Amino acid sequence: MNRPTRLTTAHQSITFSRRMLLLGGAQATVGALLIGRLGWLSIAQNQKYQLLSESNRVQLIPVPPRRGWIIDRNGKPIAINKASFRVDIIPQQLTDGPRVVGQLAQLLTLPPDEIDRINRELEHSRGFQPVSVADNIAYEQYAAITVRLPELAGVAASRGFTRFYPGGTSVGQLVGYVGAANEKEYEAEDKNPLLLVPGVKIGKEGLEKTLEQTLRGQPGGQRVEVTARGKLVKELDPKPDRSGGTVQLTIDSDLHEFAARRIGDQSCSVVVLDVTNGDILAMPSMPSFDPNNFSDGISRNEWKMLSQDDHLPLVDKALESLYPSGSTIKPSMAMALLNAGVDRKHRVNCTGSYPLGNHVFHCDKRHGPVDMDAAVVHSCDIYFYDMCRRVGAEKLAPMIRSMGFGEKFDLPFDNQRYGTVPDPQWMMRKYHREWQTYDTINMSIGQGMVLINPLQLAVMASRLATGKRVMPRLLKNQPVKPQSHLDVDQDHLDFIRKAMWGVVDHGTAAGAKLPLDGIQMAGKTGTAQTHRLSDAERGNYTSATWKLRDHSLFMAFVPFDKPRYAAAAIVEHGGFGAAVAAPLIRDTLTFLYDRQKAIAALQGFEQSIGGTLEERTQTRTARWRAANGLPPLTDQA
Amino acid sequence: MITSAIIPKPLARLPWRLIFLVAAIAGFGLLVLYSAAGGAVRPWALKQAIIFMVFLGIAVGMSWIKESTIKAITFPLYAVTLVMLVGVEALGFVSKGAQRWLDLGPIRLQPSEFMKPAIVLTLARFYELVPAGEIRKWRAIWPALLLLGVPAFLILVQPDLGTCIMVVLCGVTVMFLAGLPWWIFAGPAVAVAVAAPIAYNLLHGYQRKRIDVFLNPESDPLGAGYHISQSKIAIGSGGIWGKGFLQGSQSHLDYLPEGHTDFVFATMAEEWGLAGGVFLILAFALVIRWGMRVSTNARTRFSQLAAAGLSATIFFYVSINLMMVMGLAPVVGVPLPLVSFGGSAVMTVMLCLGLLMALERQQRTVSSLA
Repeated sequence: MNRPTRLTTAHQSITFSRRMLLLGGAQATVGALLIGRLGWLSIAQNQKYQLLSESNRVQLIPVPPRRGWIIDRNGKPIAINKASFRVDIIPQQLTDGPRVVGQLAQLLTLPPDEIDRINRELEHSRGFQPVSVADNIAYEQYAAITVRLPELAGVAASRGFTRFYPGGTSVGQLVGYVGAANEKEYEAEDKNPLLLVPGVKIGKEGLEKTLEQTLRGQPGGQRVEVTARGKLVKELDPKPDRSGGTVQLTIDSDLHEFAARRIGDQSCSVVVLDVTNGDILAMPSMPSFDPNNFSDGISRNEWKMLSQDDHLPLVDKALESLYPSGSTIKPSMAMALLNAGVDRKHRVNCTGSYPLGNHVFHCDKRHGPVDMDAAVVHSCDIYFYDMCRRVGAEKLAPMIRSMGFGEKFDLPFDNQRYGTVPDPQWMMRKYHREWQTYDTINMSIGQGMVLINPLQLAVMASRLATGKRVMPRLLKNQPVKPQSHLDVDQDHLDFIRKAMWGVVDHGTAAGAKLPLDGIQMAGKTGTAQTHRLSDAERGNYTSATWKLRDHSLFMAFVPFDKPRYAAAAIVEHGGFGAAVAAPLIRDTLTFLYDRQKAIAALQGFEQSIGGTLEERTQTRTARWRAANGLPPLTDQA
Repeated sequence: MITSAIIPKPLARLPWRLIFLVAAIAGFGLLVLYSAAGGAVRPWALKQAIIFMVFLGIAVGMSWIKESTIKAITFPLYAVTLVMLVGVEALGFVSKGAQRWLDLGPIRLQPSEFMKPAIVLTLARFYELVPAGEIRKWRAIWPALLLLGVPAFLILVQPDLGTCIMVVLCGVTVMFLAGLPWWIFAGPAVAVAVAAPIAYNLLHGYQRKRIDVFLNPESDPLGAGYHISQSKIAIGSGGIWGKGFLQGSQSHLDYLPEGHTDFVFATMAEEWGLAGGVFLILAFALVIRWGMRVSTNARTRFSQLAAAGLSATIFFYVSINLMMVMGLAPVVGVPLPLVSFGGSAVMTVMLCLGLLMALERQQRTVSSLA
């Protein structure tokens, strides 16, 4: 406080010099800091920023690859690409948006909600990313737009590809379908920009979905230099795309389609296997949907019709649906009994009913005294009730499982369900109760807890035919799984095969003999109860009670003496096994040996039920539309 | 100074080294503007060249002004500028959400620009009038605070944070050199550190966002952080020697916003690299050093303080802009003088240089007489 009085000009001059020095030093420090920062950015971090600058400058417009084909075992196409015409708008070249969109709407007869979508997408688009106007348009419309292109600045009409399935409805459940990616799928692939390109479709269901990575291929890219506002400056050298890989199936598409048509109006799935290597030759599930309709985007009405159908056209019955095996389990059960030491000559007297406690189990006939052979041939339930009860479920279940029931197979489907073969441990685990004798009784004829899918039934047929662990295979490029021998006696096996031959020769399926010389089929029918019905109700159905009917099952292999093919069919609510499923398998297997004969039979069959698959689909659609108050479809073909 | 028989004496007596330096900076700036326009003199380079030549002429003309004249007009000049600042508030022209211009027919005046040299001269004049013994007294402080505070406040509410900061820094520099006690500077520094969080809440939305983004530019690379991110990409991708003249993709493809005004340094560094950046920084350092020399060699207290303050103005201009462009300071909208497109920064810097040249000429005249 005293010092200020002593301050003089000299002091002031010293202070000034000192502070000038300080100021100069501070300025020099800031200068050095700036140069240091500049050096840090441009030398130490040069690479990082160079990369960022490049990713700013160069944009990749994905060029979608062509989707790989799916072909059958003989190279016949199952899923291919068809040239199609499409119209897009390149937003940055669009000068007069409303007029152009209006004119396009008129030329392509676009519905109002499509026009809304286009306008919305145009608002949110980056300049160089095309906005899809219409997909898969007719050539006439494409031509009409092409000639008007000079006055439609910003419109690009181009040729693209749409997925085409020559087999149509018959392959629907097998291959699935493709469609534009939804938001969830886009997120799941880490926002893969390819999925946003108009016209790019990905697998949504079935093989198209599970084989997506093989089928998709590598997208190419048009590398372009763009400004911050998305304006294209120049095109750089493009990166070529690589088409998706072709996938060959073990399916014989002729056989597959034949079986699908032969199913008729039933809700049914058929599986045909080559027992020598496990190849799945046919696996139709009907009724089905036409995957071609999904490729173009399915209409809401069509979807509604499909999802309301009680024949479940959206379910792959061969793998997804589970049924009681019914009597088709009997050959394997007989094998299990033989393995457990039962004498095949031992007879059981069938009186048509079998009392257990205060309940009476029935047989559909009074068979009298039956031995094992007769029990299989005539499908006597009482014999199996009695024998299985004596042996016990613990000894039976492993054999049933080794025949393929309850087994999950390595197939390219994500919807396989594999059912159950119950045993006491399973019962405790699942239902927390002791195994009861009536459980054994139910299991002995494939009812109760026994649940299988049609593929497993076909596998069982092929394993009974060969005595080997046949594993089904669908992809031709996968190695054939080595077939190990089942733990069964050759003598037992021969006996069972003979009995199965008897089923077709003089047993329950005697009406389903192959119309071929020298080739004989062995098989087993099955009728699986779905509801407890009185005798009066059974066999006295109306279409309203369709759901109450029994499932009709059949499994078979040919030729019985030198097995080559195995097949199985489960017809939902088809009634008696021998009546529906067995003739279906007969015709399908006939096709493998004598196509003409089989096709002639099919034509007669189709005439009896109201025309070919396409004709019947059309009538059904028309009926559905009429019932739902919709105008009839105009023929678009 | 060039001594030659051929060149007329008045011309030879001009500080040619400074003029060459300034011309080199401006010439380099014109090249950058030429490139920023995609290799064309329009719309920026040609116009900027004319502006530069005019103001260079004015600056050279100003070098004949006597120190006494400068002193005489200092307070009136300050008063007029202050009135104009109030006028801006009153009749303000709304542009970019800020009121900064006075539209006087053909000329657009930005009074806050005049305030930078004006505050330096005014405070220099004020402290010249304060007797040496009074310097640590309260009455040597409060008038200066008032002289600085009123215009700073008016500029802040325009709102023009960048110019406000510069005016305050220029004024504080003069006060510091005048020999005010340390606590005057240390106290507010502490206060600012304490009050910063509170002030942060009072800032405009866009200003606050700029500070947020400055603290973490990557938090919003497509939004408010875009300027800083893209500027750093431009500078960093240039490397040591740059991508080459007319080869900068960041500026040519419009990724770098304001590439010809506030972020012109990034445009330059992308094409000329570290080399171009160091050249510019050193050139500015030499200009500032020349100004500081004028201050150290000054005979009068007024010219000492004024010369140092005017040099500091140029220094703050350059350093705030460069720190902002390189991500060391928030984006406050301070252009790079002589390089950025636009007349006001050129005008301010040329006014400063004109005054410095006048003070320098005075020294020589005085020294030759001595």
